[in-house]
Amino acid sequence: MKYDIVVIGGGPAGLAAAVSAWEHGARRILILERDKELGGILNQCIHNGFGLHYFKEELTGPEYAGRFIELLRQTGVEVKLDTMVLHITKEKEIHAVNTKDGYMVIEAKAVILAMGCRERTRGAIAIPGDRPSGIFTAGTAQRYINMEGYLCGKRVVVLGSGDIGLIMARRMTLEGAEVLACVELMPYSNGLNRNIVQCLNDYGIPLYLSHTITKIEGKRRVERVTVSKVDGERRPIPGTEMVFDCDTVLLSVGLIPENELTREAEIVMDPRTNGAVVYENMETSLPGVFACGNAVHVHDLVDFVSAESAKAGAAAANYLAGEKDSAGPIVEIANGNGVGYTVPQKLRLEAINAPVELYFRVRQVYGKSDLVLKSGERELLRLRRERMAPGEMEKIVLPPSKLAKADSGLTLSVEEEPV
Amino acid sequence: MTELTCIVCPKGCRLKVDEENHFEVAGASCPRGIAYGKKELTAPTRTVTTTVAIEGALHSRLPVKTSQEIDRALVKKAVEALKAVRVKAPVKTGEVVLKDVLGTGADFIAAKEMGRVPL
Repeated sequence: MKYDIVVIGGGPAGLAAAVSAWEHGARRILILERDKELGGILNQCIHNGFGLHYFKEELTGPEYAGRFIELLRQTGVEVKLDTMVLHITKEKEIHAVNTKDGYMVIEAKAVILAMGCRERTRGAIAIPGDRPSGIFTAGTAQRYINMEGYLCGKRVVVLGSGDIGLIMARRMTLEGAEVLACVELMPYSNGLNRNIVQCLNDYGIPLYLSHTITKIEGKRRVERVTVSKVDGERRPIPGTEMVFDCDTVLLSVGLIPENELTREAEIVMDPRTNGAVVYENMETSLPGVFACGNAVHVHDLVDFVSAESAKAGAAAANYLAGEKDSAGPIVEIANGNGVGYTVPQKLRLEAINAPVELYFRVRQVYGKSDLVLKSGERELLRLRRERMAPGEMEKIVLPPSKLAKADSGLTLSVEEEPV
Repeated sequence: MTELTCIVCPKGCRLKVDEENHFEVAGASCPRGIAYGKKELTAPTRTVTTTVAIEGALHSRLPVKTSQEIDRALVKKAVEALKAVRVKAPVKTGEVVLKDVLGTGADFIAAKEMGRVPL
């Protein structure tokens, strides 16, 4: 089997990348998706709030996916569902398997990695106590309830205040469960403020910041959990224990980009994001292999996934059209003070003819502060921010005129206004 | 004066609403935020998103939403009203699943196209 572009994953990233590649003139495009339908995680995200940036209206997850599936139907992009990709080689051979075609080796001229991310379960292992049933990652519970129709608990404690945890606290309440508490280790929530309001406050669910679960008890099923306050070093403080009688614990303790295939192809990874290192056009260290969406870095909003993935799709089409990588200087963007990571991590300066969107996260909550981009000692850009938090991905736009002044590696840092 | 977090969009602006001054809203960065601030303290509403049982589709639940926002106090009852409803595949996005939910004038509509899957 031979295709020009093979897209790994049919979630929001893969859909947007495939549609964009088609719109930019590429043909013979194939999407490989392991689930039985397109749309990825959006299928279980039945709440609304998607699409305000991209479609300028508020959609639910399935509706947002539906818009892209409809766009895809108008193209000649082929799709194989229920298909698991096993390997990707450096020669861009994709090994995949399904029950209809059997074992396939697909030769691709370009590959777009859009595998998304997976829920972190490490929090589960670090909790002392028994190992009964009734402990779920929030996303697993979300699939059970919203797609398969199983309410997986009646009395629930949520650990972690990421958006999925907050959304699930509301969801389980609406389905008749009692959510006793949402417990967050950090002194701030990693979820969007609007979700704290409309998912916790609306239903009177208490949020315990700087707290964690210190014990889970239960013989066959979870029977109770102990929650303790933590100090500045995140160590439980003795004497602060609260006991909740519950049958279910949901974990919303972070997401990890899914990159087994990327690593196997020996593509250069970024330990800060757990995703591939990418250039301004979302190309990885392996020429002709692009990456986008949550496989590159975990996003808060699907709208930005779509935008980023459209960029990757366009770049893959341009690559097929014979656009050569520039041999010019490559600059890396380093973390300065307060910055956790940036995407893209590298810029090919000669290839840049349009503004570059730089996505990043800060390491802690900041009030009024400046974002400063420097090339060596030279300041290229200074931007004001009123408030920044690790839970909210930040974006700055770098005009080519400013980047033209870069002569060495770039550093992005936060300068806090002295109080 | 009441402080609120705006829930209209993911930005989450911090609003200050002055009840004693015609619910004047400060801190919003768009007109929708101003409207939200006022409404939240006078007659709060929400769009309800939930699921309903579906037969003959790939999965056993069909995602639905209200066609417009309804009184916040009615959200739980609205979800319960769907327990008596069973939908048969195929269904198209936007199809009405339950009309005039609790007399609010809002309908529950399908939020996903679900085809009929052969058994």
